[in-house]
Amino acid sequence: MRGRRAWLTSTALLALAACAGPNPPVPQAGSTPPQAVLPGPYQFLTLAEAAALEAVVDRLIPPDELGPGGREAGCALFIDRQLAGPFGRSESLYLLPPFLDGTPEQGPQSPLTPAVRLRAGLAALETYCRAAFVGRAFAALPPTVQDRLLSEIEDGTLALAGVNARAWFDLVLQMTMEGFFADPIYGGNRQMAGWRLIGFPGARYDYRDWVERHGVAYALPPVGIGGRPGWHDAG
Amino acid sequence: MPAEPLPAADAVIIGFGWSGALIAEALSAAGLGVVVLERGPYRDTASDFPPGFAPDELRYAVRHDLVVPTAQNTITFRNRAGQTALPVRQWGSFLPASGAGGGGVHWNGQTWRFRPSDFVLRSHLLDAHGHGVIPGDVTIQDWGVTYAELEPFYDRFEYLAGISGRAGNLRGRLQQGGNPFEGPRQRDYPTPPMRMTLAPTRFADAARALGYHPFPQPSANLSEPYTNPLGVVIGPCSYCGFCERFGCGNYSKASPQTALMPVLRRRPNFALRTGAEVLEIARAPDGRHARGVRYVDADGVERYQRAELVILAAYTFENVRLLLLSGIGQPYDPRDGSGVVGRNYAYQTTASVQLFFDDTRFNPFIGAGALGMVVDDLNADGRDHARLGFIGGAHLAAMQSGGRPILSRPTRPGTPRWGGAWKHAVARDYLRNASLGASGSSVSHRGAWLDLDPTYRDRHGRRLLRMTFDFHANDLRMIQHATDRLAGIGRAMEPAAMVVNERRGPYSIVPYQSTHNVGGAVMGPDPATSVVNPWLQSWDVANLFVVGASSFPQNPSYNPTGTVGALALRAANAILTRYLPSPGPLVSR
Ligand SMILES: Cc1cc2nc3c(=O)[nH]c(=O)nc-3n(C[C@H](O)[C@H](O)[C@H](O)COP(=O)(O)OP(=O)(O)OC[C@H]3O[C@@H](n4cnc5c(N)ncnc54)[C@H](O)[C@@H]3O)c2cc1C
Repeated sequence: MRGRRAWLTSTALLALAACAGPNPPVPQAGSTPPQAVLPGPYQFLTLAEAAALEAVVDRLIPPDELGPGGREAGCALFIDRQLAGPFGRSESLYLLPPFLDGTPEQGPQSPLTPAVRLRAGLAALETYCRAAFVGRAFAALPPTVQDRLLSEIEDGTLALAGVNARAWFDLVLQMTMEGFFADPIYGGNRQMAGWRLIGFPGARYDYRDWVERHGVAYALPPVGIGGRPGWHDAG
Repeated sequence: MPAEPLPAADAVIIGFGWSGALIAEALSAAGLGVVVLERGPYRDTASDFPPGFAPDELRYAVRHDLVVPTAQNTITFRNRAGQTALPVRQWGSFLPASGAGGGGVHWNGQTWRFRPSDFVLRSHLLDAHGHGVIPGDVTIQDWGVTYAELEPFYDRFEYLAGISGRAGNLRGRLQQGGNPFEGPRQRDYPTPPMRMTLAPTRFADAARALGYHPFPQPSANLSEPYTNPLGVVIGPCSYCGFCERFGCGNYSKASPQTALMPVLRRRPNFALRTGAEVLEIARAPDGRHARGVRYVDADGVERYQRAELVILAAYTFENVRLLLLSGIGQPYDPRDGSGVVGRNYAYQTTASVQLFFDDTRFNPFIGAGALGMVVDDLNADGRDHARLGFIGGAHLAAMQSGGRPILSRPTRPGTPRWGGAWKHAVARDYLRNASLGASGSSVSHRGAWLDLDPTYRDRHGRRLLRMTFDFHANDLRMIQHATDRLAGIGRAMEPAAMVVNERRGPYSIVPYQSTHNVGGAVMGPDPATSVVNPWLQSWDVANLFVVGASSFPQNPSYNPTGTVGALALRAANAILTRYLPSPGPLVSR
């Protein structure tokens, strides 16, 4: 027992010497704050792709008496910036082969990144529309026709050449909703249109005064990571 | 190229989640030189999740910023033998952690003790119901530790973390308002329960009227400021609604950072190396003694850290994989049931009920990871369960963890996913919905195990872990029974519409269910059916301890971390009081 203690003390010192070397005992932390998306030209989408995507997001979330639609809320800008970044490139995903089709329970297995899939689907949609509607682009079709096409893609009755149209629809819908409800710092949810629609107060971060006010409407307007429009207007 | 060994540490710990951090605290307090190797980055409150950017649903909850990238480490999955397992390319069903604090950074904080009967499950069921009650392919077993033996360590974990709750059983005396089904505890929780929002309050009222015994969820989101036994202050929860999947900007969710780090970082005999991914546990030529670990450091350089003690605390998947890759213990063979490493993988069997109201505002954005009311009447002990045709059980709850709108904006049944009708529905339903959940147990069985994948490898060329898992029919019967009762409580809350999300097989890796992956390196009194002895010491390598939920022989209904913490503290105590005075096996084979 005594021998053991002596041994412990000496190796504890050794270990100490080892950590006093190049490594500090505890490393430094530091995550990067989010980079605000600034309005400006599309970075990933071409102008034609952007026109089609703006039309799509405006049908998925149409403007109406309740508030702005997906286009005005910046959903296409959000998608553009996401596709231009690490998400669009599947940067953090396991992408080693072999790529095999599995069961639905085994999850997505495509080697294609969201950027590639989104672009291919938009191209296939345009090809289809120009053939089916005498040269007209999706964006130039009446809203009722756009809705019908999107419904048919969603339920699998309309196939688009060379792409998995249903999976493409799911990707666009997912990203449109992300754009509508994510913090406005990412370029969507402009003027907090998504949060205002449903009554989500955003990044308030403290509801201690509200926990036990059961059933009472929350009184304060939404706020994002970067503040809220009113703050900046007020200068 | 063999790396030059680094000077020996008394103990090297692989992984800095709750398991690794609790052991590091105990061993370094006793004067041992401790080196922790953690594959992810260092993280702390002010620098990594300050209130200025912590409440970011897209980054943390959707893009999984705190989770290990699958590019770095993933598993392969199939439902059953005979299928080809495929890699999980995008996390879904569970979210394994990476970085200092591990899952303790982004957990909910629902902090449970398991029931006394859970630790002696097999003998308890055989005593109560006789042999026929356990299906032939079910491999549940006793833990080799009793609730009474673990109680002091549960107490220690709860007091280090400051858990907010109300006792249901104080030294055998039932307490009003707590969980009447819990095992006896020596004293009350360190802090009182959280205050309740409307949905859990209504749930509890309805449950009480139906004869159940609701109580507040024991929570690591603290109800009030608290100073733990190490002198560290943890702040009060602000019910911000950005809790599970997020780091807490208020220092009010107990984590290795908030509860232990302020003390650890002042100890000269503690060192944490981040960006250090362990590849293998190295052994002496006789195979019975660990010499240290090989790892790749933050610069991509391979290193060899020598140590007198190796603590493997890298979560269920990497615990099992590192054992297999290092050739420690006999791998499980599902064909004849021989071997132990990878045997008895289990999960959690969950279901939910969604309620929609016309006029009642629930303000779902108010929330905390462990805010809610629970009913535990239908759990493991339930005397008629064997008669109903299953073993195990579930607890039912109304948790309000924060209605963040990208992932949580349910609409009434029949609502389309997009368009004007969707928009009207989401505007109506967002504030006026509440959700109830059932969290059920998971038996271990012959058809569920972990081994090395024959095909897929990580970026270092090492084989990935392969999971073969599906829900056992027993568990689907169990959760159906619980879901029916849950819907009964939901109906009693008189919603305008209700959706019952039943759990059906086959198990899918896609929708999130829980990060409660257990087993594969299970504990027990018998080396023929366990990887570690009841002190979490490897049966094969006496100076190796394997810590975490990998030691659970099957999964009770409750969230695991309370028990993970208690078992880690008990293992640390055994190292200090039993192993070091006379190094060697603490239980002879
Ligand atoms: C969203 C979410 C919510 C949860 N909510 C709850 C809850 O409410 N209640 C509850 O009880 N539990 C909850 N859990 C589970 C809880 O997080 C885990 O039980 C707990 O974190 C396990 O602690 P651990 O230290 O054993 O493992 P981890 O916290 O996973 O830590 C293991 C560490 O080891 C590191 N590591 C892995 N491999 C290596 C390697 N090869 N080399 C070096 N380092 C490595 C990892 O990076 C990680 O940091 C939740 C989990 C998640 C993801």
